[in-house]
Amino acid sequence: MKTRKPVDVVIAGGGWTGLLMAQEIATRTSLKVVVLERGPNRSIFDYMAGMDEVDYRIRSKMMQNAADETITHRHSTDKRAVPVRQYGSFRPGTGVGGSGEHWTGFAYRYMPETFRLQSHFAERYDAKQLPENLDVRDWGITWADIEPDYYRAEKLMGVGGIAGNLRGELNREGNIFEGERQHDFPLPPHKATYAMTVAAAAARETGWTPYQPPVATLTASYTNPHGVSRAGCEYCGYCSSYGCMIGAKSQPTNVLLPILQQQDNFELRPQSWVRRVLHKDGQATGVLYMDENGEEVTQPAEIVVLAGFTIPNIRMLLLSKIGAEYDPQSGHGTLGRRFTQQTGKVTGGPKIVFQEPLNLFMGAGGLAVKISDYDRDGASDETGEFLRSGNFGFGAGGSPPIRGFNAAPPGSSRRNWGSEWKKANLEHYDRVVSVHGMDAEHLSYRQNFADLDPTYTDKWGDPLLRLTLDFTEHEIRQSKFTAKVLERFAAAVARAGKAKLVERPFGMPGDGHYASSLYQTTHLQGGAAMGTSADDSVVNTHLQHWDAPNLWVLGASSFPQAGSTNPTLSALAVTYRAADALIDRYLKRPGLVG
Amino acid sequence: MYTLAGEPKRLPAQAPESDTVELELRHFSSEQARTVQAACARILPTDDSGPGATEAGVIIYIDRQLAGPYGRDARRYTKGPWITDGWVGHGYQGKENPREIYEAGIESLGSEFADLDEEQQDARLTAVEDSLFFGMLRGHTIEGMFCDPLHGGNADLIGWQMLGFPGPVMSYKDSIEDYGKPYRPAPKSLEQIVGHPVKGMEDEDA
Repeated sequence: MKTRKPVDVVIAGGGWTGLLMAQEIATRTSLKVVVLERGPNRSIFDYMAGMDEVDYRIRSKMMQNAADETITHRHSTDKRAVPVRQYGSFRPGTGVGGSGEHWTGFAYRYMPETFRLQSHFAERYDAKQLPENLDVRDWGITWADIEPDYYRAEKLMGVGGIAGNLRGELNREGNIFEGERQHDFPLPPHKATYAMTVAAAAARETGWTPYQPPVATLTASYTNPHGVSRAGCEYCGYCSSYGCMIGAKSQPTNVLLPILQQQDNFELRPQSWVRRVLHKDGQATGVLYMDENGEEVTQPAEIVVLAGFTIPNIRMLLLSKIGAEYDPQSGHGTLGRRFTQQTGKVTGGPKIVFQEPLNLFMGAGGLAVKISDYDRDGASDETGEFLRSGNFGFGAGGSPPIRGFNAAPPGSSRRNWGSEWKKANLEHYDRVVSVHGMDAEHLSYRQNFADLDPTYTDKWGDPLLRLTLDFTEHEIRQSKFTAKVLERFAAAVARAGKAKLVERPFGMPGDGHYASSLYQTTHLQGGAAMGTSADDSVVNTHLQHWDAPNLWVLGASSFPQAGSTNPTLSALAVTYRAADALIDRYLKRPGLVG
Repeated sequence: MYTLAGEPKRLPAQAPESDTVELELRHFSSEQARTVQAACARILPTDDSGPGATEAGVIIYIDRQLAGPYGRDARRYTKGPWITDGWVGHGYQGKENPREIYEAGIESLGSEFADLDEEQQDARLTAVEDSLFFGMLRGHTIEGMFCDPLHGGNADLIGWQMLGFPGPVMSYKDSIEDYGKPYRPAPKSLEQIVGHPVKGMEDEDA
């Protein structure tokens, strides 16, 4: 075991939040910052020949290797947890840039109510109208607090879109249901595919307000406030699951590394797997990690920042024994509590068969038509009452040939192999689309939490994180509502496109139970939630650990419940907030920032 | 060695005077390869709608995938205890890796499978249609038919030509708004587009 020379700041995790925190500290102070990233180094040169569906989309080249570390899952505490042997319900990235390299690029803000959901419900409902064991909280920050940090993140990445609510003025070309913006988007929206124009017309016909979602795939060339210039998107369709070969999709390696690499006070150490935060007397003293040769290294530091994905952030705190572990029986403890996914998911559903080819292989990750008319409090109708919903739409992310081949609607052939099936698929190739599921708010509940698994271990022998997670009647109603809305939408798209609608019933992944093997979203949130009281949260609203003021825990693990949209921009916004607190206040007066 | 019979001028490695492509098998025995190739040819047959798995060299794709990290489950969590009687939503929990699943699956088709007539072959495949092996074989056949040729399948871009997929074109910026106009140039491989050979994960591992 060796001990490296002490540094001022050590950051565990080289993705969006870790490298953003590194950029802020390294450029605004003279502190020496070291980022430890357990995956390989990555750069744009790795992606130039990366337009390959087999290695990237099917074999998940950009993702964490489940053989090294995975999670276990059970539905309730009386069940046996089973390891997720291949990532399914979510797909965490690895390597420098983390999931920010392979992400799709939706750069949404959360809804203003998300930040004060407990108060919001209290204003609208009696306690007995709320689901049993509901555990939602106010974040402790308001829309007014976070709005300027959202804008900073949008400028950093060069987000494109049309403001739907600019200082109170509504524009129906944008999302009129979004929280009030003080500034317009840095860039305009993308070009649209033909199928998108049909979907938008269908949505308007239905009475909804379709819009192009905010995207971090540059819609034109852009220079951000730090002077980083990048080219606009070429719509090649190799986006989600891939790194961008021209640097148009905003990724930590093309947005943040160009600045960091010019800083003498910054050092990046890839293939450095942090296993513990070292601490003594209520202060973090550094981290313990395995270097590229598998050698154990101690890195002492004045400030420690955890900037992993939700899973490793929670696990690192549990393994390091920092904070009070949540006990669902007694309700005591905070670490692992308020773990959420995103909901409103459906399987199956109708297929829309156009008469003409659509060039579906063209696209960009965030290229889509979205509808947020239901992204608010739920309705009471035949699907049953529910509290919160989300947004849905029609994507044009680019359809590669292996996925694109098997497009014939059900019933086109007697079996799903052989001559008849092949002909049906060739006939339907590039002509079939479907509308896709809701991203709805997943409420936090007392029974959904994360702790350490007593049986299964990672490649170093450390316990895996165990999720105890299942859906309640509320989430089932969210999915039933999604199905109802999508049926209307699909029928409208078929009409607008003079296309054939092939009916197929909707289902719910896992038949109403959380299924760890079926893709839902990679938007895992909570478990190291923020709040205003040390008894009820893991970190304060500056993402500073209540029990160790020189330990900061970034990212979506800090969200007390899931928002209804993609969380990356929110993770960046709270990181800006944390960076300001650390640099402007903590460094002047070490201790908890009030 | 394994002989991929069919049209000449298919793979760059081919000797110009030869009318077949000879490629060394990395994983299968010749007998196993014959069986797998025959089964793939029933999943994506050569018929009046166009070429099938045989012409695309799907067998080469599958052979290389199984020889590489995928075949030995290098990216799957393989620590015990193994719980195989749990809820189906937890996903595949078996101990067997793709190589072992193929091994047993090929055996289940019978050693004479490649010599049977098409109807008999279809009957045997139908009998195992719901198995893990068949699901894998079907998925891999589609992959081998429509993958980039760098992985050994889609020889001479035969699958992409049949579909009308143009390959990994770097830019559609000037054509994405040509509504109603199918974009159907002669396809190009990744190697042709970037100007140098590209290695797949299976080759990096070899």
